[in-house]
Amino acid sequence: MVVIIDYRAGNLTSVVRSLKALGVNGEVTQDPAVVEKATRIVFPGVGAAGTAMAILRELKLDQALRTAFEAGTPILGICLGAQVVLDYSEENDNTPCLGLIPGSTRALPRQPGLKIPHMGWNSVRFLQAHPLFQELPENAEYYFVHSYYPAPAEERMVLGVTEHGVTFPSVMGRRNLVATQFHPEKSGRFGLQLLENFLRWDGRWQD
Amino acid sequence: MLSKRIIPCLDVRDGRTTKGIKFRNNIDIGDPVAMARLYYEAGADELVFYDITASSDRRDIMIEVVRQVAAAILIPFSVGGGIRNLQDMRAVLLAGAEKVSVNTAAVLEPELIAAGAKDFGSQCIVLGMDVKKVEVSETIPSGYEMVIHGGRTHMGIDALWWAKEAERLGAGEICLNSIDADGTQAGYELTLTRMISEAVSIPVIASGGAGTPEHLYEVLTAGHADAALIASMVHYGTYSIREIKDYLHQRGIPVRLHW
Repeated sequence: MVVIIDYRAGNLTSVVRSLKALGVNGEVTQDPAVVEKATRIVFPGVGAAGTAMAILRELKLDQALRTAFEAGTPILGICLGAQVVLDYSEENDNTPCLGLIPGSTRALPRQPGLKIPHMGWNSVRFLQAHPLFQELPENAEYYFVHSYYPAPAEERMVLGVTEHGVTFPSVMGRRNLVATQFHPEKSGRFGLQLLENFLRWDGRWQD
Repeated sequence: MLSKRIIPCLDVRDGRTTKGIKFRNNIDIGDPVAMARLYYEAGADELVFYDITASSDRRDIMIEVVRQVAAAILIPFSVGGGIRNLQDMRAVLLAGAEKVSVNTAAVLEPELIAAGAKDFGSQCIVLGMDVKKVEVSETIPSGYEMVIHGGRTHMGIDALWWAKEAERLGAGEICLNSIDADGTQAGYELTLTRMISEAVSIPVIASGGAGTPEHLYEVLTAGHADAALIASMVHYGTYSIREIKDYLHQRGIPVRLHW
């Protein structure tokens, strides 16, 4: 069962619809037991890290995600879901996060003339040949909307980077976990291709 | 590098799309769901729906349109028009829109922006601004005033001040419409757009006046806009989104060319 984690962090409609377009009826859940038994997990979300972590803890989804990660279940983090997998986030006074990937989530540095949030379509430079990137052309663009970015402590966990004032990691991977700062579910057919790649992936990756 | 967004705007009344010329003489040009799918396939980066349905008891028609559009496209879209409170915002977002645009209600009750940002996240909250050029005065030092009711009612609020205030309250984006330029197809209001875009750090979508690809070039360069709203120039088939983007690309503007 493909499980979509609902921790009251934004609308899951577009994620559910995209999976349905790929022939998969994902189960939206807040139940940690369902998460632990999932064959595959999509971990989306928009909003602030502080609130998100508080709810994940309250629902005991933080522990369920750690258990699933340790068990080797393929996990896809999206946007906020790609930020709270790190050790902590600068947002809301250094919020402690899930720690599935060593590193932190940082604020995009403000510069004159640079718009924050980083909102709209931008390209991703793939640094490694991850199964997630199969059949994706280099010139494809993806939809972003965020003011913070994930910064893994180890370079080998950065799979792709994007430019907005700075060059920041926009795709990360560690073992059975992959995470995109952009929204594949709102990124047209290339985003859909990435989701399809995730659904096919066996979760194996040497980071 | 972040691409400049090209955003078709669809005015919807009673579940059908229209395009108003200066908010008058709206003529019917079709089915919003079919048009959304068409623009999605044609390379639109995002879509804006503006509900101009007059009677509030027919609002549920728009919610159904939003639901069908969400199922038909894989790009973000926003919905504005008649959003008066948190319940209206919630209904539109739950039906599948990524963003809601608040305009009149936010001018009358600015706290709505803060409440919406708190409940749904800043990225969901677009401030729609209808602006008219006026004489510079003590009340309106920028010379641009907030108006409502399609420009018939002046609010006595300075547009530059209001843009900054809305950013402070938590708006994630501004859709800036010049009432003077709207429907003219004679080009965007560049001075206004540049003034607002430089004053805030959130993205600004320029609206009103697009008639040729060169107009988009101007507003995305001299106007400092992050995105450009288009309507008649594509609704009536004068230009395709591909033609507009090819033109902008040739002139050095970063746009999304593959979809």
